[in-house]
Amino acid sequence: MQVLVCVKQIPDPASPSLLDPDTNRLVRPPEQVLDDTDRYGIEVGLQLAEQTDGAVTLLSMGPTGTMQGVRQALAMGADKAVLVDDPALEDSDALTTAKVLAAAARREGFDVLVTGVESTDGYSGVVPQMAAELLGVPALTFARRVEMDGPDLRIERQTASGFDVVLSPLPAVLSVTAGAVEPRYPTFRGIMAARNKPVDTLTAADLSVTSDPGQRIVSVAPAPERQAGEVVEDGGTGHLRIVEFLESARII
Amino acid sequence: MVTWVFAEATERGPGEPALEVLSEAASHGEAIAVYLGEASDQALAVLGAYGASTVFKLTGGGDLPAAAAAAALAELVEREAPAAVLFAQTYTSRDVAGRLAARIDRPVISNAVDVAIDDGYAVTSEIFGGTQLVRTAFSGPGPHLVLVRPKSFSAEERGGTVNRVEEYPLPDAGHAGSPQVVDTTVEQAEGPQLGSAKVIISGGRGLGSAEAYSLIEDVAEPLGAATGATRAIVDAGWVPYAKQVGQTGKTVKPEVYIACGVSGAMQHLVGMKDSKRIVAINKDPEAPIFSVADLGVIGDVHNVLPRLAEELRGRD
Ligand SMILES: Cc1cc2nc3c(=O)[nH]c(=O)nc-3n(C[C@H](O)[C@H](O)[C@H](O)COP(=O)(O)OP(=O)(O)OC[C@H]3O[C@@H](n4cnc5c(N)ncnc54)[C@H](O)[C@@H]3O)c2cc1C
Repeated sequence: MQVLVCVKQIPDPASPSLLDPDTNRLVRPPEQVLDDTDRYGIEVGLQLAEQTDGAVTLLSMGPTGTMQGVRQALAMGADKAVLVDDPALEDSDALTTAKVLAAAARREGFDVLVTGVESTDGYSGVVPQMAAELLGVPALTFARRVEMDGPDLRIERQTASGFDVVLSPLPAVLSVTAGAVEPRYPTFRGIMAARNKPVDTLTAADLSVTSDPGQRIVSVAPAPERQAGEVVEDGGTGHLRIVEFLESARII
Repeated sequence: MVTWVFAEATERGPGEPALEVLSEAASHGEAIAVYLGEASDQALAVLGAYGASTVFKLTGGGDLPAAAAAAALAELVEREAPAAVLFAQTYTSRDVAGRLAARIDRPVISNAVDVAIDDGYAVTSEIFGGTQLVRTAFSGPGPHLVLVRPKSFSAEERGGTVNRVEEYPLPDAGHAGSPQVVDTTVEQAEGPQLGSAKVIISGGRGLGSAEAYSLIEDVAEPLGAATGATRAIVDAGWVPYAKQVGQTGKTVKPEVYIACGVSGAMQHLVGMKDSKRIVAINKDPEAPIFSVADLGVIGDVHNVLPRLAEELRGRD
């Protein structure tokens, strides 16, 4: 089975996020890390490939930089990576991103295209659905459990009140939630092997995609801040202070 | 100005998040609802009451109708040319909006917390954990597509009625529409719901164990509060996902939100910081949750919560 997994390199979430004041774009340092939420998709992809004697190819769009994030994903066990890096795609919105990923997926061929539910930095949360539409395949979204069932994929799809068990033929797009699986840690051997795995780089023109966002940022402003209120030490009476607070709010 | 609002049927009729968006749209001009699912007379009455003048009923379409619904919507917007189609950011609506955007090649802006309907549907969304507000304008032709986070608007009955209903059978979506739902599980028990309860009490990793979640339930019960959770304890399997509050869970706006053993990570704050009042119990005086709390108690949840439950029970 041919498994593709979409991964994204993002600025380290532990350091403060910055917007370029002129373009309002997120500042992306050359050293980007693997989006933590992608580890779940990679793990699901690896498991599906292991069960079916398949292979895992990573797809990633964005500035390659030092490629640290992609190497982290390869170190987990993916076989190769296809990167789409093109300054012409700098302003990409969700739809352009989906067009790029769908075109790359079509070029590679796939049975399952795995993604996270949403990226940590941009979280538009619609790229998987868009890619599925462009590829004319089912979108198995918000999967919290994934397994093969004969030739089909069986997933638990999160709903507002619980989950549905969904059965789908392939090919399909699959978006997995954090917590769906326990992502493996790269082994030392995996880290060494990642250095020599094939990495192809494509441009927007290779995929015949042009970027036309159809939207523009008008302004960025600080949100009104909530003020911190009173802070008390418990000292055995904290619960009484909470009761008083609830009384003053007319809850009790 | 005609604004379309997509709404999905739930077990209890039109979903609340869609009604919030519908009543906002209706307060700025004509609002038309596109309703996916079983449209009973009662459901139509609700859509009318919240401001829909016309309802397009999308009928049929199987278990996971997003692909078919997007195909139907694409045909409908081509025919009727609405200025915008607004969606509440719920699971199925997200699937439909994403697919529709790709199908008609128009952008969709998600995570909206405000939509300036009278100003070209410019969208306000939050970034960096809600510390910055970004305003984005559409620069191309419509229909403009927006996904609105729940609780961004309040659902207000306007007392209207639907004066036109058109049924639109969903087309066959072929392979894209082939998944089947073979089983459905409801994990969110009866009782106060996160979307509507006046008080919510949430637990985080500070509870220490799955069993300790009963401390949360013991306080919730006498208060009639709904119970919530952080992603950390949902991922750990202590409580079902239906309880998760935050960026990838539910957005809530109760009168009082009580966070217990919750650090206050950005992705949690996004889902609860617009609560009217916030109380936090945490043993770490430096916990970020205290910076948004109206009342903070520095203490151990294992001490404070049982005493609080007992005190509240004594008042019943
Ligand atoms: C893309 C993405 C989406 C996310 N979406 C969400 C989301 O929707 N919702 C969400 O909640 N998180 C979300 N997260 C995760 C989020 O970043 C945090 O990891 C999570 O909220 C932390 O949960 P917590 O507060 O329970 O745990 P921790 O951060 O571990 O905090 C535990 C707190 O408990 C306190 N504590 C410990 N022991 C005690 C005690 N005995 N008494 C009192 N206090 C104690 C500690 O001081 C600490 O502050 C998301 C993350 C990403 C990357």
